[in-house]
Amino acid sequence: MLRSLVALHCRLGQTVAFSQRHLIQRQQSLVSDLQKARCYGMATTERKKFYEDVSISQGEGGLYEINLDRRKLKTPKGKLFTVPNEALAIAVATEWDAQKDTLKFYTMHMTTLCNTALDNPTQRDKDQIITAALKYLETDTICYRVDEPPGLVELQQVEWDPVMDWIEKRYNVVIGSSSSIMGPQIPEKTKETFRQHLNSYNFWALTGLEYVITQLKSVILTFGMIDRYLTVEQAVLLSRLEEEYQIQHWGNVEWAHDYDMYELRARTAAGTLFVHLASESSTVKRKLLQD
Amino acid sequence: MAALNSPLRVCRGILKELRILKGPQYKQTMAYNYILQQFRKNQVTGERYCRAQREALHASGTYLCLLSSSRHHLALHNLYHAKGERSTEEAAGLVGLQLPTQPGGKGWEK
Repeated sequence: MLRSLVALHCRLGQTVAFSQRHLIQRQQSLVSDLQKARCYGMATTERKKFYEDVSISQGEGGLYEINLDRRKLKTPKGKLFTVPNEALAIAVATEWDAQKDTLKFYTMHMTTLCNTALDNPTQRDKDQIITAALKYLETDTICYRVDEPPGLVELQQVEWDPVMDWIEKRYNVVIGSSSSIMGPQIPEKTKETFRQHLNSYNFWALTGLEYVITQLKSVILTFGMIDRYLTVEQAVLLSRLEEEYQIQHWGNVEWAHDYDMYELRARTAAGTLFVHLASESSTVKRKLLQD
Repeated sequence: MAALNSPLRVCRGILKELRILKGPQYKQTMAYNYILQQFRKNQVTGERYCRAQREALHASGTYLCLLSSSRHHLALHNLYHAKGERSTEEAAGLVGLQLPTQPGGKGWEK
């Protein structure tokens, strides 16, 4: 009797200890999650510049690294910062080189995108990113039209319809537009086409694509830019069409409208360049020397 | 006259942005050399259609947009948002308003 009681007690004690250990582990992982979140929150704060010289070097596996004086640049999670090609490395190095007394992380879009691709802070795979990106197709900016005022209705038709025609021809899909709050009914086949197309990009390019889509709030405009049908300036203008229309009526406010526009342009341009550079595979083939 | 998005114009635009970023020593930067090298590499003679050149032109236009927009954005940020919260008076002045003075209140008599 006593023995069985002791045995029971022991077992209970073990389970208690186990659950405590489990709890501590969970707390620890929560703390590290918070730390991770904090190092990403750093992006809005400024830091003193701690280096003079920026250079790039080619490390293992042909990947490019950024050197600040003699130190190697690392990602917020502590990984070594590496990019796949020279052009991307130079774009990032130029951002670090351009900083004056303080590091303004909110102006370093290329660095931020590389960090996101390297660290993958939200721990998503390709499929999850594609699904998240395609969600924007259902509420695409240029699918939603207004009924009034007539000036804006006409503006939307004149500016957005050519892009819509272009994408429907380019990908051989049906999208359509609507002025109802529910938006247009987009056929499953269209989504499947875009899903397959997105799947052809690598992880880095997808990170950039999703970034641009969330900035412009439009899958269609993003594809227009990635396929080089639109320039960044055009895409940003089309994305902000209603705002531009209201500005014409009510006047431009520099500290709100211009500020937003330049920020959107900078982010969109960075994302587009990132997609192009990350999916680029230009190799230089040299002719063999003949004796 | 160079077209609005001719390679020469874009190239000069990017170099101008680099000069603003780096000052007189901009010619020693990696970006300067890389950009010039790329533009030279993509030069073609005659008016033939070249896919690679078109892609390079789009990419360079995008980079120019990134540099100039970042500069404008930072300038506006420093002008309007860098100092943190404004006082009530300043905020009112921003939209062309004045705070009312208090009749009979402090300093009214003088």
